[in-house]
Amino acid sequence: MNHFGKKGSKGFIYAILSIYALITLVPFLWAISTSFKPLAEIVQGGFSIIPKSFTLDNYKTVFAQEPLFPRWLMNSVLIAASVTLLNLLLNSMAGYALARITFFGSKFWFFLILAVLMIPFQVTLIPSYLLLKWFSLLNTYEGLIIPGMVNATYIFMMRQFFLGFPTEMEEAAFMDGMGRWGIFFKLVMPLAKPALAAQAIFIFLGAWNDFLRPLIIMSANEMFTLPLGLSTFRGEYISFTNLIMAASMMFTIPAMLLYIFFNRYFVRGITFTGTK
Amino acid sequence: MKGILGNRRAKENIAGYSFMFPTIVIIGTFVILPILYALFLSFNKVTLLGGVNYDFVGLKNFNRMIDDDKVWISLKNTAKYVLIVVPCQTMLALILAAALNAKLRGRNFFRTVYFLPTITSSAVLTLIFVWILNNNGLLNELLGMLHFPTHNWLAEPAVALFGVMLMNIYSTAPGFMVIYLASMQDISHNIYESAEIDGANAWTKFWKITVPLLKPVTFFVVVLGVIGSFQVFDQAYIVSRGDGGPNNSTLTIVLLIYKYAFKNLDMGYASALALLLAIVIMLFTLVQRKLFGDEKN
Repeated sequence: MNHFGKKGSKGFIYAILSIYALITLVPFLWAISTSFKPLAEIVQGGFSIIPKSFTLDNYKTVFAQEPLFPRWLMNSVLIAASVTLLNLLLNSMAGYALARITFFGSKFWFFLILAVLMIPFQVTLIPSYLLLKWFSLLNTYEGLIIPGMVNATYIFMMRQFFLGFPTEMEEAAFMDGMGRWGIFFKLVMPLAKPALAAQAIFIFLGAWNDFLRPLIIMSANEMFTLPLGLSTFRGEYISFTNLIMAASMMFTIPAMLLYIFFNRYFVRGITFTGTK
Repeated sequence: MKGILGNRRAKENIAGYSFMFPTIVIIGTFVILPILYALFLSFNKVTLLGGVNYDFVGLKNFNRMIDDDKVWISLKNTAKYVLIVVPCQTMLALILAAALNAKLRGRNFFRTVYFLPTITSSAVLTLIFVWILNNNGLLNELLGMLHFPTHNWLAEPAVALFGVMLMNIYSTAPGFMVIYLASMQDISHNIYESAEIDGANAWTKFWKITVPLLKPVTFFVVVLGVIGSFQVFDQAYIVSRGDGGPNNSTLTIVLLIYKYAFKNLDMGYASALALLLAIVIMLFTLVQRKLFGDEKN
């Protein structure tokens, strides 16, 4: 529905949309452009978005000056990828069980998941840290991956998704003597791709961008994920904005590509998580 | 027949629990157990010397908050934050949603662009903002050109929190925008059409129809915004390098909990603070669910 009336107000709406698009884009363009400028040009100041003397040196210098940078990148990729794959599998399994299988106590587990949805993670932060310390999982990949490998929000989302699935095919497969595991992996999961895609993008971005958990769990420099690495890097290279921006862009671009690629699933997921 | 049914039921029980097993173990170990542990920690003085030692202190941790200036400062910062960020992000989300809902060409492009700050890591976004807000950054250059007063935004206590607020409005508004957008699409066309027959212009339709009909959504968005404001951490940490400065102006509640737990290693007191925060957040969530759930039915 058009709130602003007919043709005359089109211009007004476009003005609003464009101004905010500009507000959103300028900081990013400014950061990208800074990452291709030599330091001397940055220090001079000025507004030019297009670098006067374009250079790739900043990117090379990041790798040369900060030998841990590739390691941080690898840590981030490894952790985000493992967390995403495990969540996709385990949340779907739990969601499927809660939607389709009648088992003893299934109502109880469903209400438990709903209750867990309400619990803010800050309250579990300190005890989880102490538990991980007790399990000797501090400063390890497992320490970040294991506690994050299921997520109540997406279990709930998958349950809702599977409830809307037609049951006929599953019934037929049942009659043919297929077991639950066979049905789940051969029939259900392949048809759940849109829901899995929405889940994947949210979980990946969440793990990729997470700051507080790695900050607490990883104390050795070589175990840092990139967001932690970047904030350390900033401390050491405070006046080298060119390097800080180059490092930031290398971290941001994979997430941006993923987002642009899976955009329609992303919007669907936001609507779901926002109104659950 | 009964045997076969019984057999099937047993199989379903086994299947159900094998599908749920990883979830039960992980949620049990890293959510349920920690909640009980947090309760326990809140009533103890915890010392970390090699192992973990507990001293039962009753309500001492809770009494200590009343005289703790830092707690009051962080609450004051959060209040300021809620009063500025929540109205701004709500209005921005409403305006952008209404503009996108006009279904003009290119709206997918705009929507995609608006989400860039949301998908960008808080660390990167903060570094970009620090760069734009620094003494000879883009913002001061612009202000200087227009002959406005310039600030060293993130170094002056009076304005540092605004920097953090700006970043948050920027990254949270698009999510709320999509929630508004989904609800706007549910509003029936007939209402607008009959208003048009009565001679209502776009402006009146927006204020007299859209805004009142979206009241429950606005309430929902405001509560989510308040909850989000209670949980700010990353930006405040990175801007102030973990200490909440300058002069405690960016000290948020979660940053304070972090400092007590992981800098001072005072985990009992920090747990008590986290527990209170969690209770407040859960109360907001419950109220919101109650009201929003009722509106939906």
